Amino acid sequence: MSQDIQQLQATAHQVRRDIVRMVHGCQSGHPGGSLGCTDFLVALYFKVMKHNPAFNMDAIGEDVFFLSNGHISPVFYSVLARSGYFPIAELATFRKINSRVQGHPATHEHLPGVRIASGSLGQGLSVAIGAAKAKKLNGDSRLVFSLHGDGELQEGQIWEAAMFAPHNKIDNLITTIDVNGQQIDGPTAKVLTLGNLRAKWEAFGWDVLEMKGNDMEDVVKILELAISKTGQGKPIAILMYTEMGAGVDFMMGSHKWHGVAPNNEQLAAALAQLPETLGDY
Amino acid sequence: MKKYTYTEQKDTRSGFGAGLLEAGKRNPNVVALCADLVGSLKMEAFIKEFPERFIQTGIAEANMIGMAAGLTIGGKIPFTGTFANFSTGRVYDQIRQSVAYSDKNVKICASHAGLTLGEDGATHQILEDIGLMKMLPGMTVINPCDFNQTKAATIAIADYHGPVYLRFGRPVMPIFTDADQKFEIGKAWTVNEGKDVSIFATGHLVWEAIKAGEILESMGIDAEIINIHTIKPLDVEAVLKSVAKTRCVVTCEEHNRLGGLGDSIAQVLVQNDPIPQEYVAVNDSFGESGVPAQLMEKYGLNDVSIVKAVQKVMQRAGK
Repeated sequence: MSQDIQQLQATAHQVRRDIVRMVHGCQSGHPGGSLGCTDFLVALYFKVMKHNPAFNMDAIGEDVFFLSNGHISPVFYSVLARSGYFPIAELATFRKINSRVQGHPATHEHLPGVRIASGSLGQGLSVAIGAAKAKKLNGDSRLVFSLHGDGELQEGQIWEAAMFAPHNKIDNLITTIDVNGQQIDGPTAKVLTLGNLRAKWEAFGWDVLEMKGNDMEDVVKILELAISKTGQGKPIAILMYTEMGAGVDFMMGSHKWHGVAPNNEQLAAALAQLPETLGDY
Repeated sequence: MKKYTYTEQKDTRSGFGAGLLEAGKRNPNVVALCADLVGSLKMEAFIKEFPERFIQTGIAEANMIGMAAGLTIGGKIPFTGTFANFSTGRVYDQIRQSVAYSDKNVKICASHAGLTLGEDGATHQILEDIGLMKMLPGMTVINPCDFNQTKAATIAIADYHGPVYLRFGRPVMPIFTDADQKFEIGKAWTVNEGKDVSIFATGHLVWEAIKAGEILESMGIDAEIINIHTIKPLDVEAVLKSVAKTRCVVTCEEHNRLGGLGDSIAQVLVQNDPIPQEYVAVNDSFGESGVPAQLMEKYGLNDVSIVKAVQKVMQRAGK
């Protein structure tokens, strides 16, 4: 394992600590999906994307990331803060009154790093396509990344957007689906089955890759592979297989921790599994 | 009564098409999106001139609004085009979250608003859109009255930074405002100065108010007619200045009486200067198929209805 990957893993440990502490701090929020997507967001912000924490909304000459499944805001906020977009200490204000760190990501309070509000599901792919189109119009060769939950694919707007992007050769876009098979009311297979996701995205005209989302080496490898496939006339979809709650044993394996905060004992048990690597906020 | 004459009649949607072309010429960041209604929205001239700045979304309005929000990230000024019903009710949450709450510089341009859409009937005749849009924090709501004003408004909103709802329609109407007018967002236009009643009108009802003013003049009533093209932000100063003189009000709009211009004016009156007001608006119902003029008569949205409302409100005011 390269030193690079080890460093990313160490960062991921700290981000996971941040997540459970943030959710514990306000006794609300969504730890499950946040923990599952930690490796992906750490890889994006600390390795893969070219981005500038001296935040500029228009992101000219920068890669851009959109979080469409806004409820996993804890991981997004932690990664943004740890990347230097805003003070790490501000994570303590998550979901509290008079904070920029809202329950779901918002631009309204001008939190650096957030370019669109999300929370009401299914809207982020359209936004990402619009931003990718703007990059093409501007002659900007950087890329647009987006992340979506698998349950989110039950929203119809996703498929409007999925149809649009290949038809219009939006090939500067890498869309990742967090396939953890869980949603609020239970397993996706039970609530509303998603079927063969590879076949669906391919049928819509996307170039589809698959990724082990909680294996940092594979995350980096597949993201780099995805980047190598941009500019070839097709948008790219990554089916990222993750475990909801990854990194905290008792939060894994069910939908139970989708939107529940740990109590004091559970927090201590979680933190015992997550070494402090960069210093807590 | 100031005389308004016209030599030409056109639809307000054509004013939008002309304005969009002009805005596109003036600013290279102006882009247009349309959900399979290019001809109805009169976007052909823009598309011919700037094919690379036009995005055909297909029949997918939610995706269109989301993409418009995304296009602003990178400095584009997107104008979305579809019918008013599909521009608002169908995509309310997309506008709310991705545009209004996200402070995005999107111009939502909506044709075929109201009853004057005509024969297609109530599925397409939205009468609730002004209310839906004005309730969104930060949203500007504009309903111009003729071809020239719609063209000027379209050019003006490209220069304004922030989300805008621009509402216009299908019927061919007299062109009675100046071709070279400067459109000021949020600034009421005094169509006629008068002393007996204040008639506040928006959209297609402005021409009906002018016709009503002529009838009222023949009855010895001196009506002040004010065009409220910008429903939000409302020109409160102009409203209060007029009512201070006239002491009674009629509001006119091609919209449900709930949530439209009338309610915006009523809120100003009740908080500042409570005086009698009558509504010329659709009485909390859906529309139906028919020729636009028949519908406007049946639902009480024409010059005759305005005259009746004026008589009633003046009586209530003890005049």
